Amino acid sequence: MSHTMNRREFIKIAGVGASSLAFATPLFDFSKGEVLAPDTHPGMYSKRTPTYCEICFWKCAGWVHTNEAGNIWKITGHEDDPHSNGRLCPRGTGGVGMYNDEDRLKTPLIRTGKRGSQTFREASWDEAFEYIADGLKKIAEEHGPECVALFTHGSGGTYFGDMLKAYGSNNIAAPSYAQCRGPREVGFISTYGEGVQSPERVDIRDTRCLVLIGSHFGENMHNGPVQEISQATGKGASIITVDPRFSTVASKSKFWLPIKPATDLALLLAWMHVIIYEGLYDKEYVEKYTYGFEDLKAHVAGMTPEWAYGITTIKPEQIRATAREMANASPRVIIHPGRHVTWYGDDTQRLRAVAILNAILGSWGRRGGYYYPEKVSFKSYPHPPFPKPKRTWKDAYPGQYKLAGLALASGICDATVPTTERDCSFKGWIVNGTNLIHTLPNQENTLKAIDALDLMVVIDTMPMEITGYADVILPECTYLERYDSIRVSPHREPTIALRMPAAEPKYNTKPAWWMAKGIAEKLGLGHYLPWKNIEEKLDWELKQVGTSLQEMKRIGVKKFEREYDDLYPMEDLADFEFNTNTGKIELYSTAMEDEGYDPLPKYTHHEEPPYGYYRLNYGRAPMHTFSRTANNPNLTDLMDENSVWVNPKVAKGWDLKNDQYVWLENQDGVITKTPIKVRVTERIRFDSVFVVHGFGHTNRHLSRANGRGASDADLITRVHTDPVMGGTGMRGNFVTFRFEAGEEVSS
Amino acid sequence: MRYGMAVDTLKCVGCSDCVVACQTENDVPIGYCRDWIVEKTFGSYPELQLEIRSERCNHCANAPCVRTCPTEASHYGPGGVVLVEENECIGCKACITSCPYDARFVHPEGYVDKCTFCIHRVEKGQNPACVSVCPTHAMIFGDMDDPNSELSKAMATRKWKALIPEAGTDPKVFYLL
Ligand code: SF4
Ligand code: SF4
Ligand code: SF4
Repeated sequence: MSHTMNRREFIKIAGVGASSLAFATPLFDFSKGEVLAPDTHPGMYSKRTPTYCEICFWKCAGWVHTNEAGNIWKITGHEDDPHSNGRLCPRGTGGVGMYNDEDRLKTPLIRTGKRGSQTFREASWDEAFEYIADGLKKIAEEHGPECVALFTHGSGGTYFGDMLKAYGSNNIAAPSYAQCRGPREVGFISTYGEGVQSPERVDIRDTRCLVLIGSHFGENMHNGPVQEISQATGKGASIITVDPRFSTVASKSKFWLPIKPATDLALLLAWMHVIIYEGLYDKEYVEKYTYGFEDLKAHVAGMTPEWAYGITTIKPEQIRATAREMANASPRVIIHPGRHVTWYGDDTQRLRAVAILNAILGSWGRRGGYYYPEKVSFKSYPHPPFPKPKRTWKDAYPGQYKLAGLALASGICDATVPTTERDCSFKGWIVNGTNLIHTLPNQENTLKAIDALDLMVVIDTMPMEITGYADVILPECTYLERYDSIRVSPHREPTIALRMPAAEPKYNTKPAWWMAKGIAEKLGLGHYLPWKNIEEKLDWELKQVGTSLQEMKRIGVKKFEREYDDLYPMEDLADFEFNTNTGKIELYSTAMEDEGYDPLPKYTHHEEPPYGYYRLNYGRAPMHTFSRTANNPNLTDLMDENSVWVNPKVAKGWDLKNDQYVWLENQDGVITKTPIKVRVTERIRFDSVFVVHGFGHTNRHLSRANGRGASDADLITRVHTDPVMGGTGMRGNFVTFRFEAGEEVSS
Repeated sequence: MRYGMAVDTLKCVGCSDCVVACQTENDVPIGYCRDWIVEKTFGSYPELQLEIRSERCNHCANAPCVRTCPTEASHYGPGGVVLVEENECIGCKACITSCPYDARFVHPEGYVDKCTFCIHRVEKGQNPACVSVCPTHAMIFGDMDDPNSELSKAMATRKWKALIPEAGTDPKVFYLL
């Protein structure tokens, strides 16, 4: 693409309206936040208030700068914050757009037409709470409170979670588990006795070799790793990227292994083979800390690079060279566990292989490998003990998913579809900040489940596909207009961060804590959320750790000393007891064996695309977080639709041209609701296509996102469920090209 | 004093944070931008290379936009930064036509707008907004006349290029290779 073309693309949307830049008026009284001298725009006073970003789970702390009219001007990173190091990613910088978006949900709505028809009437908050409380009471009487579930993504979940627990259910699910990182946690817990956590405990900053399997940092803008990769490569670290697509980070890598999709586990086993049989593993570390090395050695005996070549299409000399590259860097090497890892249904086993490979290279608990994070021990405002629920979602799956550590969003969805075998199906859903229509695989099933509900409440800042199915919609104000819980996440140094409102909530929107408390009061459960308001709650909690709301309003982020001096506990081979059955790092997992799963990961062949079909791979673009940013004016300005990446050879066969619109059809005959632009590029393998997730919205209330691009979620009808923990493998879908729309075009 | 900027193509991931940061810092209206990203792919699968550049006005020392401007609205400011005095701009677009880099646009309020190297920040000792936000620290801003500036050091030790050198504009934005 020529430079002029690219430039034109940016300026093609006509801008309107006067600049929001006004001229200096006298300083006014900022009861919250701080008047700022050092960073002002010409002719403009500004103040800054602390926040942490809500656009992805990385939760970078920053400052919201407002001008003298009280309008939000810009958001910048907080210098003392280890999540952002003073720099936000494009989505965080563009967070202003979420506040300015004129398509926001503006007032509570109660459904008047049939589900999905998007017909609502405006309601008062009191009326909306009354409606919800009545619905919840009815379900509790008729079926028990355990038949209500909360799906949540984002900060407000804490408050709705407490409300639900007070009501008598603990079915609280985040799609970020079963649809994303769950297999990784289970794979690592069954090896090391603890998980990778969030933010990931990888010491990229000091690594010498980083191995990425399908992770596309740079397009995936999780701030910490992106910053640290740049830092590490600046100091000479090498990157090995395994991806069928020439991702941005592949272009920065010393080795790019353009693997045949769905064969990563074979490569991991072959790497283990080379490292063990060439004697490259960390012998002292393996001897001291691990259990089952001889079993592992025997297990990978036949898994030579030549064996893997036939499966992965990666040449044996490349496999050996990359294995040696890792071993040379050992122990300062990271085989990165990734984050969205629900691919093929044997994902826990693949992540076990990742965990094992790290272990034999001695990187866990070592500088430049995996560190031991710490967080501030934080006490929540006291409340009476919640009632004990009689059932949980797990009762719907006796003997299945035995190692699932958290509730499965997909499991709850499935258990909502009534069957005669189960005595209780879910009857009520509360959906907070997650567009389940795009998040859960198999939309038909999700719609069937929704159809069976007595009550569905959706809380969001934006109209989404899911809001169309709600009985009641509660409009939340954006993170820039509200308080939330204190951010207490683990890192190298324990820190806490405050989010406070930088502006009054626009329209008739409210924060989650206020809604949850209001509904709890209507249910007669107000005493479980006993604080008067959020300021009182936060101040009490902050005082327990030696600070206060007042101090945090001024500083935003506070660092604490580590309680334990164990950032790299295995650095000098000190004694250490792991939280596993054997007290060792379990190369051979006794926990998996006990539950009847393979104690050592085995390669299984996955189905390949039929002739004329291509594997559907999906991922991220740097300026978007899926539905959450899909209509953001600043971010859609950078990218307002996705495209399907097609290898030139494939394009030739189908006579596809750049920028032409096509529909994608999957193996089950399901066709995308909207057409998608073709991007012919050498950067993708001939046997797969790539689509950025989060486009193809069909809610007409999204003026910028509606009908732009296509949704890969439409096409994920086949799910390979991980037997170990119920993760929903979504990369076993194959697509072909169509030149006209499917019959059923959604509203 | 000669201000210049270097963008490290080995670090830049094309995330566009620099574009959004400029937009919010300078109230650039939605639909317009003062900086933008260019991505170029070379080779064929699997022997590939990718170059990503964050581009903006080059603050040319021999700037055709300044030369063609009939009202002197386009002018050289502190440190050689090329600026547009919006009150003097009549919106004739002569500068837009003459700029080989397509760096300028007509602001909806009628005047021509473009990158200012965030001179309002620079004069307070801060980096331009794009430089200060970049998550990969891909950009270096500084004084080319100061041999000890980070910019001069990077240009002395790294391979670099400027864009369309044959246009003879003497650009001040450089790409580290
Ligand atoms: S990585 Fe970006 S989107 Fe995520 S929290 Fe940080 S600034 Fe926000
Ligand atoms: S912010 Fe930095 S990494 Fe991102 S596009 Fe701009 S220069 Fe490149
Ligand atoms: S890049 Fe264009 S606008 Fe900028 S100084 Fe050079 S000629 Fe003028």
